[in-house]
Amino acid sequence: MSLELIEITKRVGSETHIHPTSLVLPPGSFNVLLGTTLSGKTTLMQIMAGIQPPSSGRIMFNGKDVTNIAVQKRNVSMVYQQFINYPNFSVYDNIASPLKVAGMSKAEIDRRVMSAADLLRLRPMLKRRPSELSGGQQQRTAIARAIVKDSDLILLDEPLANLDYKLREELRDELPKLFAGRNAIVVYATTEPVEALLFGGQTATLHEGRVTQFGPTSAVYRAPNDLISAQVFSDPPINMTPVEKRGETLQVFGSKQWPAGAAARDLNDGRYILGIRPHHVTPLPSEASSGELEGRVLVTELSGSESVIHLDVDGSTWVSQSHGIHPFEVGTHARLHVDIDQGLFFTPDGARVS
Amino acid sequence: MNKTFNNKAWWLVLPVFLMVAFNALVPLMTVVNYSIQETFGNNEFFWSGTTWFEQILHDEAFHDSLRRQLIFTGLILLIEIPLGLAIALCMPRNGPWVSVCLVLIALPLLVPWNVVGSMWNIMALPDIGLLGKGINALGIPFNYTRQPISAWFTVILMDVWHWTSLVVLLCYAGLVAIPDAYYQAAKVDGARPWAVFRYIQLPKLKHVLTIAVLLRFMDSFMIYTEVIVLTGGGPGSTTKFLSIDLVQKALGGFDLGPAAAFSIVYFLIILFLSWLFYTLMMREEAK
Repeated sequence: MSLELIEITKRVGSETHIHPTSLVLPPGSFNVLLGTTLSGKTTLMQIMAGIQPPSSGRIMFNGKDVTNIAVQKRNVSMVYQQFINYPNFSVYDNIASPLKVAGMSKAEIDRRVMSAADLLRLRPMLKRRPSELSGGQQQRTAIARAIVKDSDLILLDEPLANLDYKLREELRDELPKLFAGRNAIVVYATTEPVEALLFGGQTATLHEGRVTQFGPTSAVYRAPNDLISAQVFSDPPINMTPVEKRGETLQVFGSKQWPAGAAARDLNDGRYILGIRPHHVTPLPSEASSGELEGRVLVTELSGSESVIHLDVDGSTWVSQSHGIHPFEVGTHARLHVDIDQGLFFTPDGARVS
Repeated sequence: MNKTFNNKAWWLVLPVFLMVAFNALVPLMTVVNYSIQETFGNNEFFWSGTTWFEQILHDEAFHDSLRRQLIFTGLILLIEIPLGLAIALCMPRNGPWVSVCLVLIALPLLVPWNVVGSMWNIMALPDIGLLGKGINALGIPFNYTRQPISAWFTVILMDVWHWTSLVVLLCYAGLVAIPDAYYQAAKVDGARPWAVFRYIQLPKLKHVLTIAVLLRFMDSFMIYTEVIVLTGGGPGSTTKFLSIDLVQKALGGFDLGPAAAFSIVYFLIILFLSWLFYTLMMREEAK
């Protein structure tokens, strides 16, 4: 059961919400749609589900064209950012609702509801109504409803966005386990790169209605095709600076020189854009090729075990993320070190070369 | 936890207390005064105990107007709540027509009550009114100054015209507040329109509907101006509702004692029925 999007587009009036997009999602796969708000994640999901028809292109399910088949005739379930449950049904009836619509026998419904409730630890709340549950329990109910009917396609549209930190972490750990071993195609939309990395599977980076890259999550993260994919898949944002390669050195910020490092060794001399992820900018020099970065400290965020430092370097902001506590004073002059071997090199028009 | 006491905080409550005292408690107490005493002017009062209450509660005319009032309010609720809900469901949720619809719907609410009465009085006149003449032209005898049924029909039609808008606006606000995702989820489930209404819209509108029922109940139970202008309580006393009866007793007959007792009984009935509606509609919540 694979889902195939062939040259899908979506236009509303004169605005293009989705540019031509082709994707193949294999059965049993966990796919993350990663992009900022308004990047087209929800629209793409609704097209996959059949809630909205595409403006052009075709959707194939298992080799069968389902472009014009309404959502209720496909075997799809969906979980939303808001906690959507039937307000005056008990948790049990909520979970059972798609099975009742399907006309399943009472015994079978009961068996399935109970197993879904066990998976999501809802057993003690089965008699309660959604309004009597916490946000996390409400979303668990919605997720139970989505998995109970053995859908071919399960869509989760930022399901954890409205939950508080603790509950989010908890469900984040449980979600991949829920779907493991099922044959369903799971699509999970999120704005947070960290969720994509945690879930693994495959990731599609979205930017302004385009899928900029699609592939195994770690590959997309380590080897972005272009600047935009790298930007979408980096939190805190990736640092970028124009550089000019001359032999073994990189010319940066006009006057400074950095060693070219392993990544740029084989590149021709010329102008490039260097992208450095924040955790490759550190207060201590790395052993390999490193470049110095000097500037004024704008912000220092210290969490329990890690420091995020924003540095103003000749008018551009650099972000460093490092282990340990480095209490740089705001406003002071600081020196950080860039691990150039880990750098990503892009041509001036954005394609990655190394 | 340590509580700090600061008696100066009472000053903050004082303005509210004074306001409530002046616009509710003081007038109410005056009525209570009249209801248990007898006066012949000169500010002289004589204790009369529960005499006036007994008199009112055994008064045949009071029973009649109470019965009329209950039937009227019952009909109003039965018509206006479903009708208002239905209109709200039919209204567009977005697009340029929303504001047009809202303005048109809100229009009747802006008309002063006695103007509403006069409008329908003229419109229902059997010889020159559009409505009255129209109904007679259909071959149905219609004359609201002579036939009780015509009078009731006109009074109810007038109230429905005037107040259904309020129910529509409340329901519409409630409907618009339901997130789109609910409808999508219902679509994914393959729910039919009836199921969407029964299991999503209606439960989500519960609070709004409770408020609509309470407001329409209280207002229609106290209706005075429109009816006094339209029919004056007639023909005979067939549209003489509680408030009309009360005004006739208090001002027409100058029976201050019985009128005061009447007012209090009237007030208690409204209070009790409002409580009853609220408790019945909210009892699910308490479980």
